[in-house]
Amino acid sequence: MEDIQLLLVDDETAFVETMTKRLAKRGLNAESAFSGEEALDKLDNPPRTDVVVLDVKMPGMDGIETLREIRLRHPLVEVIMLTGHATVETAISGMKLGAFDYLMKPCELDELVAKVREAANKKLGHEQKILEARARHIALRRGD
Amino acid sequence: MRKNNSIRMDSSRYYHHLRRWLVGIIILVSVTPLLAISAIAGYQFRTAYRYKVLAHLSQVVDKHRANIDTFLNEKLADIQVLAETQGIPRLSDEAVLAELLHVLQSEHRGVFADLGLVDDQGVQVAYAGPFKLAQAVYGDAAWFKEAMESRFYISDVFLGLRGLPHFIVAVKKHWAGREWILRSTIDFMAFNELVENLRIGRTGLAFIINREGAFQTRPPAEMGEDAKLLTEWVWGNEVRGGKEILVPKTLAVEAWSPFNGAKPVVQSPPRVFSFTSQTLGGRALFVTAQLKEGDWALVVQQQKSDAYAIWYRTRNVSIAVLLLGSVAIVITSMFLARRTVQRISQSDTEKEMMTDRVIQAGKLASLGELAAGIAHEINNPVAIMVEESGWVEDLLEEPEFSGLRNVAEIRRALAQIKVQGVRCREITYKLLSFARKTDPTEKTVQLNDLVNEVAGLSEQRARFANVRVEKDLAGDLPLVRVSPSEMQQVILNLLNNAIDAIDPKAGGTVRIATRATEEGVVLDVSDTGQGIPEANLARIFDPFFTTKPVGKGTGLGLSICYGIIQKMSGKISVQSAVDAGTTFHITIPVAPGSPKGPPTA
Repeated sequence: MEDIQLLLVDDETAFVETMTKRLAKRGLNAESAFSGEEALDKLDNPPRTDVVVLDVKMPGMDGIETLREIRLRHPLVEVIMLTGHATVETAISGMKLGAFDYLMKPCELDELVAKVREAANKKLGHEQKILEARARHIALRRGD
Repeated sequence: MRKNNSIRMDSSRYYHHLRRWLVGIIILVSVTPLLAISAIAGYQFRTAYRYKVLAHLSQVVDKHRANIDTFLNEKLADIQVLAETQGIPRLSDEAVLAELLHVLQSEHRGVFADLGLVDDQGVQVAYAGPFKLAQAVYGDAAWFKEAMESRFYISDVFLGLRGLPHFIVAVKKHWAGREWILRSTIDFMAFNELVENLRIGRTGLAFIINREGAFQTRPPAEMGEDAKLLTEWVWGNEVRGGKEILVPKTLAVEAWSPFNGAKPVVQSPPRVFSFTSQTLGGRALFVTAQLKEGDWALVVQQQKSDAYAIWYRTRNVSIAVLLLGSVAIVITSMFLARRTVQRISQSDTEKEMMTDRVIQAGKLASLGELAAGIAHEINNPVAIMVEESGWVEDLLEEPEFSGLRNVAEIRRALAQIKVQGVRCREITYKLLSFARKTDPTEKTVQLNDLVNEVAGLSEQRARFANVRVEKDLAGDLPLVRVSPSEMQQVILNLLNNAIDAIDPKAGGTVRIATRATEEGVVLDVSDTGQGIPEANLARIFDPFFTTKPVGKGTGLGLSICYGIIQKMSGKISVQSAVDAGTTFHITIPVAPGSPKGPPTA
């Protein structure tokens, strides 16, 4: 339960680095990426990632684009949007694209940790359901 | 302020100039042709009329000249007939003479005063008439000397032996080796009538003068020296003291020849002179015609004012009409110019206001962009600072720091950094929402729908603030053409302000009402809150003006509302009483095509 794999994506390196240290202190294993492209690379290569904390405003591939791509390639990975400008529109479009939640920068770290845990739980739940379904499928097939 | 004043002064001078210029143009364009027509027509009429008058006068004078010549010639002919038919011996007999005189007088109604036969010595041999002139001696009389020189003779008027004005008609006859003269005196009164009956207009009268300036008829009152001038004009070469008016040939009368071809005498046509004389009471016209083979001249004198009476009257009426017309034109032009300039100045002012508004809107927009830029840029550093302080906080948890003296104080400082970081975030959010580009696309919408939607969004917030939201929406509201998202922003801002104005402990009511008026659709948002002090009322629409606690308000909400409503060509106004509440009124024009005015139902 405690070995949650986190990916922190933001173009502000200082922010990402500090955040990583702080999260690590709270027992969260955080990887960092400084752009949307890098984040996608890291997701494609194991070790696995459970939750992505994604900054909305980044040069190059921005948060919304990255989110869309993540949902496409890794539907089970949960994404928490981190927005500098929490306009309702960005938040809503993020949610519509399947983000787990959004947080405004600067945010309470405890809040972020709580959100990450929730997201990880949700992902875990999804994975378990998938496993169960598969097991049932296999079980039913055996009964055939 | 000073700049404004000078601009206003400049523009007032400009409008003044413009008005003067308009007045000038209108007057010039309308009065010039009027004057030109008056001058041309007046001149033409004057010339034509003058010649007509002069031609008429000349004709009259010529006719009378002819009459008088005829008269004189007839008398001469009568005497000549007597001389030829009776013969000198019979004429020497006074009884015969008396009988002949009687016949002549009865034929000519007393024109012939007497009849006499004079021999070549100037002795009156025989006489018939009222005076005792038998044997009178005329040897030295001027008429006798002249009569002896030609066959016929008509004398000038003179007093003669009897002391009465008269003139003599004489015929010379050769008989028995001697020259005899049969003479007759023409009654002056009878002759005078010929001329005195000639009266023209009110002041026109006629007289006859001879070459010496002596009057041959009864003279008009006080001619004095003027008679001398007259003779110079008629018989002399130069016209001194007066002016000859040359009547065009086409209008002049053909000279009349008195002797019907038997003895053609070419007589000069009548001439016209104008003359200013005190004795004659101003300017006068003289029409002269020579008669009696150039010895005498018939003169008709008439005052110009009388002769040209119709012209003068017409001229005066025309001038009066011209003056009145000009005055009317001047008044009209001034009125029109004033009206026009007023309109122009009004539209200029409107344009200026419009420009001001556009500039204001531009300022707001650039301000918004600036704010957005700052907000974006500041957010990240703040986030990092907060994170770093959090990291320090985390590190303080390490056991190595647990014994340190100031750990509590450092924690407090870090907590404060975090609080201020959050505050920064709040401010940047507000700035961003101010700069946020809303969808400005206009749609024709029902305002009530927008109100309902926004009220729904605020419901939660209102409940927490212990505020009851009442809606009083007119059922049959006309549609408006606005950008729905902007309009929602306005309603939400007003609603939030209204909720904020109410003390959550006491609670209160916010009322949203819509109604249709002549000017458009009106939205009222009123609260029962604290109200706005008089001093702040004028500034509430200014950007960055806020009375909310630091960190709570940006002072941009109402400024945004104002900008949006202005853009929709609507109006926003506020009424407020401290401790009683505040009401905002928004008026939006009805969409074209939507039925106007309050619903009739």
